[in-house]
Amino acid sequence: MQKEYSVLVGGQAGDGIKQAGNTIARLLNRVGYWVFVYEDYPSIIRGGHNFAIIRAHQQKILAHTDKIDILIALNQDTIEKHSERLKEKHLIIFDSSSTKAEGLGLPLGEIVKNKGLPQIVRNTAALGALASVLGIEFSIVEDVIKSSIKKKTKENIEVAKEVYDRAKKFENSFKLSVLKNQPKPLLTGNEAIALGAVKGGLKLYIAYPMTPASSILHYLAEHEDELNIATVHPENEIGVIGMAQGAAYAGIKTMIGTSGGGFALMTEHLSLAGQAEIPTVCVLSQRPAPATGVPTYTAQGDLFFALHAGHGDFARVVVAPGDIEEAFYLTVEALNLAWQFQVPVILLCDKHLSESTFSAEFDESKIVVESPKLWKGEGEYRKYVLTKDGVSPLAFPGDEKATVKSNSYECDEFGITTEDPQLVTKGHEKRLKKMKTIENELKKKETVKIYGNPKSDVVLITWGSTKGAVEEVAQTYNLKVVQPLYLEPFPIWDLRKHLEGAKKIIGVEVNSTGQLCNLLEFKGLKVDERILKYDGRPFTVDELEEKIKKIL
Amino acid sequence: MKIEDLKTYTENTWCPGCGNFGIEFAAKQAFVELINEKKIKREDIVILSGIGCHAKIVDYINVNSFYSLHGRVPAPATGIKIANPELSILGFAGDGDAYGEGLVHLIFAAKRNSDITMVIHNNRNYALTTGQFSPTSPKGFPGRSTPKGSPEPPLNPLELMLVSGATFVARAFTGNPNHLKEIIKQAILHKGFSFIDVLQPCVTYYNTFEFYRKTVYELKDHDSSSREAAMKKVKKWNYLDGEKGKIPIGIFYQVKKPTFEEIILKEKKPYGLPIPSLKKLLKRHNS
Repeated sequence: MQKEYSVLVGGQAGDGIKQAGNTIARLLNRVGYWVFVYEDYPSIIRGGHNFAIIRAHQQKILAHTDKIDILIALNQDTIEKHSERLKEKHLIIFDSSSTKAEGLGLPLGEIVKNKGLPQIVRNTAALGALASVLGIEFSIVEDVIKSSIKKKTKENIEVAKEVYDRAKKFENSFKLSVLKNQPKPLLTGNEAIALGAVKGGLKLYIAYPMTPASSILHYLAEHEDELNIATVHPENEIGVIGMAQGAAYAGIKTMIGTSGGGFALMTEHLSLAGQAEIPTVCVLSQRPAPATGVPTYTAQGDLFFALHAGHGDFARVVVAPGDIEEAFYLTVEALNLAWQFQVPVILLCDKHLSESTFSAEFDESKIVVESPKLWKGEGEYRKYVLTKDGVSPLAFPGDEKATVKSNSYECDEFGITTEDPQLVTKGHEKRLKKMKTIENELKKKETVKIYGNPKSDVVLITWGSTKGAVEEVAQTYNLKVVQPLYLEPFPIWDLRKHLEGAKKIIGVEVNSTGQLCNLLEFKGLKVDERILKYDGRPFTVDELEEKIKKIL
Repeated sequence: MKIEDLKTYTENTWCPGCGNFGIEFAAKQAFVELINEKKIKREDIVILSGIGCHAKIVDYINVNSFYSLHGRVPAPATGIKIANPELSILGFAGDGDAYGEGLVHLIFAAKRNSDITMVIHNNRNYALTTGQFSPTSPKGFPGRSTPKGSPEPPLNPLELMLVSGATFVARAFTGNPNHLKEIIKQAILHKGFSFIDVLQPCVTYYNTFEFYRKTVYELKDHDSSSREAAMKKVKKWNYLDGEKGKIPIGIFYQVKKPTFEEIILKEKKPYGLPIPSLKKLLKRHNS
């Protein structure tokens, strides 16, 4: 029996490829497999070429492969573009109304048209064919359609059934063994970030649409009533961060999200967060840059930007989740840290994490929402009172005992503007102290993750979503993987420990210069080899395997 | 409460005779009266400023404050109001600040009818950066960046606010601080976006005091509920120089509409509600 199955479904924008990917993932989830879905689409609404790769495995996976078992083609383009991915044993399921190929051809377009349904229903038809080929009972297909297709559900089921039956010739040709695992929630990275934020106490999410961060806003706006939050879509990213900081000043946990271009607009306010000490949590979901770059694809090219954005020296946290659980739990951490230390926290992810779908296992009971340091109401309130750890207690407007004066200027303890050299020095020292305090806090946390063979003297170092492919390749070659979760404060104390004694350190990143590798070298840790990719696409497992094989 | 109770310990650094003093007095007096009339509470007042001469006002008034960035006041002001609708939010901004650097935020705060008040210290030049032309300087203004005279005609901010959807549009003059105080009071009590353009002489770079003294007059027999009537009146003076005619001050327009915060927060206030369990939602993700 095969342990894993990869299905690619392709068509043009408007064919509902995303929906097709989603229903196929649900189908495979229902029969007990771990699922990963990669979505590939250009920045257009109609036409072009969209595809999704759905990989299902008996064990947990965090990445997709180039090679596929089954190709579902809703147009000819899909055949031309993806035939080379097919493994030796393979099957092409195609719409014979529009496409020529060898394999299981059914007139999906005609079947749908004859029932008076729109062409988008072809992807439900394809789901029926796929289930038949995999030998999955039709009742499961029916359940999946019921739970995921809200319009014309009955008609969709009829179409799927007709195609399921007509695919008889290829029935069970990829017979999959049904596993006993319970189905798991399927979520995108952005959905996990959104839910993590809610569990971290988020009450207000503010964002301006920008791929690949937009779906956090969409998801939270759609579910705001059941999640007990409010959402706002303001005039631009400057308005976004300004509004969020106003709300945080008034005591409400907020989060914002954007990609590189929007983050660029926010940087003046990021510096304000540093000076005025306003908890500011920003999701920065990277896509290829510079400038508009390649909007719907992926990159890890904004690490240095996240580390250095904003004028002046101030404390910040940069945290980089690499999978669905990290996206969930580290967003809670991001909110905790922002409020404990009144600093900006950047949650650095990328399109590949944000928009890919994973099987998720969340344990809500594991979540701890830390309380910020609150003013106890004694004496006169001083917003910027100097303390040992650099953190001043919080009070909020509306408190009859406190006058809360927040300032973008250097200021005295009450928040009144100052140009006095001694007070200016003290302001800097307060912020420096906070950097140290945060570092001490991180020393108590897991800041670096290790996978593979911990004894291997060949170490793959990576960050963010790239760890999915890296981890799997490391298993194949019995190597060690080191993944820093935090990039600022940089957990050099942990990294040094894990990299000590390594004979060869190989950095793997999706950018053109090797930003993490450079950061390590600035900190005095040599990286021997760099495997970099900068075509807008993430590493696949098989592609990375080849590259590492050459180095070993 | 007396006006002295709102004083802070810091030294005032505005130029002697600056129009900002009139605005500071009017704002403080408005707060004192509203507090004494029990219409607002001191602890519920939040003032904001941008960057420029005007902005020092937050250091001079002893209430909650948010000294923000150049041009951005309406953004944090709206955020504070969303976070706590009980608060009374008064944003101060300069003409370069609100009509130049951050115009988009001002327009959108008006468009969405956020329940905040914006007081624009309109001295019609950039003073803290030593006298450049601003969005409301008259064409030909000989500022330091335009020694041959500003090439651009001025904006009429009242006209802009009317078309943007502001539900309270007013103009005042610092030389008439009691009138200004009354307008600030009404603006604070107005539910919705209130806008006050305050004509403010800059004694150092653009002293318009005598000019305004001769030309301003208070609106009388004006129907402030009519947008047409308001539009007609705001067009009486277009911030041009060497103006013939008179400059009306007062409330040009005031109507009641649902506020942004009322709409987005609906009946519920999400803040008091507990962190929800995700069980049900996650179940929908695995079926």
